[in-house]
Amino acid sequence: MRHLDKKMASPEMMRGRRSCVRYKCGQLNTIQDVLRQRPGWVEVKDDGEWDFNWCDVGWLSENFDNSYLEEHVRVNHFRNHYELTRKNLMVKNLKRHWKNLERDDGHSEASKCDFFPCTFALPSEYDLFVEEFKRSTGSTWIMKPVAKSQGKGIFLFRKLKDIIDWKKDGTRSEEQKDAVQVENYVAQRYIENPYLINGRKFDLRVYVLVTSYAPLKAWLYRDGFARFSNTRFSLNTIDDKYMHLTNVAVQKTAPDYDPEKGCKWQIQQLRRYLTAKHGRETVETLFKEMDNIFVCSLQSVQKVIINDKHCFELYGYDILLDENLKPWLIEVNASPSHTPSSQEDYEMKCRLLEDTLNVVDMEARLTGREKRVGGYDLMWNDGPVYREDVNMETFGISCFTANTHLGCANDRDQQLRRLLKPFPGQRRM
Amino acid sequence: MDGGTELSLSIAHIVQRLKGSHLHSQIERQAKDCLHQPEIKLESLKDDVRSFLKTSGWERKLQNAVYRELHVQLPRSHPTAPPEHLKEPLAYMRKAQASWEKRVLKSLNSMSTELEVPLARMRPAAEQKELANKWNEMGTDEPDLSRFRPVYAPKDFLEVLISLRNPNHDSSEDISARSHWGLIQVPLNVRDIPQLRQAYAELNLTTGQLGIDDHAHIRPDLFESEYVQVGKKVLAEQDSAAAQQYSRQGCPTGLRADLWALILNSTNQPQDVMHYEQLTAGVIQHDLLVDNLIYKDVKLTASNDDYYFVFEDFLYQVLLCFSRDTAVLDHFKYNSATPPKSYIQGKVGDEECAVVYPPNGVIPFHGFSMYVAPLCFLYNEPSKLYSVFREMYIRYFFRLHSISSSPSGIVSLCLQFERLLQTHLPQLFYHLREIGAQPLRIAFKWMVRGFSGYLSTDQLLLLWDRILGYDSLEVVAVLAAAVFAFRAENLMEVTSLASAEAVLADLSTLKVVPLIQIFLFATAI
Repeated sequence: MRHLDKKMASPEMMRGRRSCVRYKCGQLNTIQDVLRQRPGWVEVKDDGEWDFNWCDVGWLSENFDNSYLEEHVRVNHFRNHYELTRKNLMVKNLKRHWKNLERDDGHSEASKCDFFPCTFALPSEYDLFVEEFKRSTGSTWIMKPVAKSQGKGIFLFRKLKDIIDWKKDGTRSEEQKDAVQVENYVAQRYIENPYLINGRKFDLRVYVLVTSYAPLKAWLYRDGFARFSNTRFSLNTIDDKYMHLTNVAVQKTAPDYDPEKGCKWQIQQLRRYLTAKHGRETVETLFKEMDNIFVCSLQSVQKVIINDKHCFELYGYDILLDENLKPWLIEVNASPSHTPSSQEDYEMKCRLLEDTLNVVDMEARLTGREKRVGGYDLMWNDGPVYREDVNMETFGISCFTANTHLGCANDRDQQLRRLLKPFPGQRRM
Repeated sequence: MDGGTELSLSIAHIVQRLKGSHLHSQIERQAKDCLHQPEIKLESLKDDVRSFLKTSGWERKLQNAVYRELHVQLPRSHPTAPPEHLKEPLAYMRKAQASWEKRVLKSLNSMSTELEVPLARMRPAAEQKELANKWNEMGTDEPDLSRFRPVYAPKDFLEVLISLRNPNHDSSEDISARSHWGLIQVPLNVRDIPQLRQAYAELNLTTGQLGIDDHAHIRPDLFESEYVQVGKKVLAEQDSAAAQQYSRQGCPTGLRADLWALILNSTNQPQDVMHYEQLTAGVIQHDLLVDNLIYKDVKLTASNDDYYFVFEDFLYQVLLCFSRDTAVLDHFKYNSATPPKSYIQGKVGDEECAVVYPPNGVIPFHGFSMYVAPLCFLYNEPSKLYSVFREMYIRYFFRLHSISSSPSGIVSLCLQFERLLQTHLPQLFYHLREIGAQPLRIAFKWMVRGFSGYLSTDQLLLLWDRILGYDSLEVVAVLAAAVFAFRAENLMEVTSLASAEAVLADLSTLKVVPLIQIFLFATAI
């Protein structure tokens, strides 16, 4: 148990303004560089006292419950984040949220949740799945292991016999049950008509930062990227894992992968492309629907996640567009890959992580009333956040625009200079 | 020849061109059909039909077609001038172009002989079927292209331009005050900043611009919203000339595709689609040696580009068809270049056995596919993409790789670039020259491609907006000079060509419109 050493506490520390932030970092990639370069931040090793911990989920489950954390301390995960980030739990929470909305507010409100493809947890929902499967003969389904990432263990199927191992069978004997232990998977209706750019499939990675679940406070990052599959899309070869999965990690193992070739577009590039092809209004509608996905998914786990003022979490949302430009939620990642695929990618991830730390604000430089910090726009603050200032004059006007700028220009340097006091010990230039 | 005669000659020429065109027959049919309408009266037949054509929009379509013809019209000249004077009035330029062409064709022929690949061959039926199946994903093919080399690269072409001399111009008496430090040593008339300010008045500091005044932190009601509304009106009116004028201040992203098509009068009618499909059939039937050059170029340039790798398949679909499009031969009337001729085996010199090779007369060089790549961002229907590209090529791009005295030709652009730099940044120019880093050696590759592949896509499209708007490639030379001006401080400190190249290696973060604006309107003169 650690306790506050009163002799060491200076007035600044009591107020929350730290001149030195002691951090622990459990990951070995971009975040290390970002933390190391932050003025006034010092790494502590082993059992030293820390103010900030960027841990991996393993550390969290082992240690979180046993530590007493002082008020100012911050950790980068919520205790039970897996309610959102594990595929089967996410679907369970979304379905429940959908039902509640339908019960409370009617069908039209509930249809806001219609953004995830039909999904069943296996083996627990095997029977329900079979019912749906038989109703939609000929469609393709995708099987994903619940807890793995980077595309591991995923496959497509069209016949029930391909997933016979996940059949829940209550008639098996005890010995048989023990012998055939299958992993938890989800079976999801495969989106057969993805939006293609020149024959190639892609998905979107978007970053959302949650600093509190009760009340819900979430920020949306302006940067993100579209990850392209290296090969042309076709439904004929569902065994071609490389074509159907766009995770960069999987693409890198494809036989014709050329590391010189870019597999990614910045989301600004995609937004411009779609605007040029479909016009501004269509694209604005699309991005509004994506905003809805983020907010709705967070709301669905709001009451389930154990809120803790010490916690914040950066999520990586994977979104797929279909040919009608409808966005679908594929999954949410709690430890989005920070291993960069190129120099440009590395710089983007550095910006993202720096701004994450700016929002978490260990240095107490923010007032708490900001709607924008660097590349982050405040998307939800116990209610929708609008670009326009809501006051007596504007009250009653219905055409407010949401305060989100995904895929828009990210002039974070200028914004941060205007917004923030210099780091303690740094002089303003 | 007085103005009146000139005008009537122009009109006669345009009437000649449009007679028998599809538009002509459509208007005729419309005029015949409208006779059934009640408001057409026999007494005032001519006027009524005319006003019908006006209100139904057909007059506007005709106007656009005439406007288009004006763009590709032969330059005005003496009635007895021989056709080669219309292509290029200066004899020494013609000669240089002809000898360059001979070199290129020789290189192509020797490649064909060395590699034992015929210039053209008919594909066997099985191969035709395979290609037809793979038409939409030719990029998945991985043919062995290692033996093929590009016929030439921009730097080879630069050497030819550097060696250009006007035999009538005695430069030995030039005093240093008038001497030119640059590489281009031909006395062409190029515009300096005061003249450019007048010609490009819409780019001045007090006029709203897309690329500047649509920036995120500027309220849209100050300029952008209204400008977009005007753009929508221009599109509703379907007026080419208005669209061209509008484009001078930039085209909004959501409207650009339609605006460019309108400016170029690329209407993508059924006959255009059919023409494109015929070209596709041609690709499937015959294999050309230049096809391999196209494959290689796409693989080396566009496929390796972070922005354009996605469009690989489109590029093949456009460029392979382009090579076979004999309609392109028309533009050689005003292009100083002449399409290369190839002779059937054993009949060299016999004009009856000569064919133009490739069928469109344009031999692709290293980087050629970059003319098409940015357009893929705007059009996803291959026939539309094709017709926009073809029109842009025969109006502008061809000038970037043929030797001519045209103010938009690459020779003038190089000279203009060097003059602008020498006049307004003499210290920088001198310094770079002294360290063996002649500015043109760095800027040439940008200009030959119209900056495609060097700027980020959105900035490139803003630049090409102005090329279309002003119907001139001069902005390319101005931008090149503006880039040097922007990085002047760093360039003054380098001590070698390699470090100068390094300073100018990455242009992807540049914002072109402010650079051009500042260079033209804020440089002290």
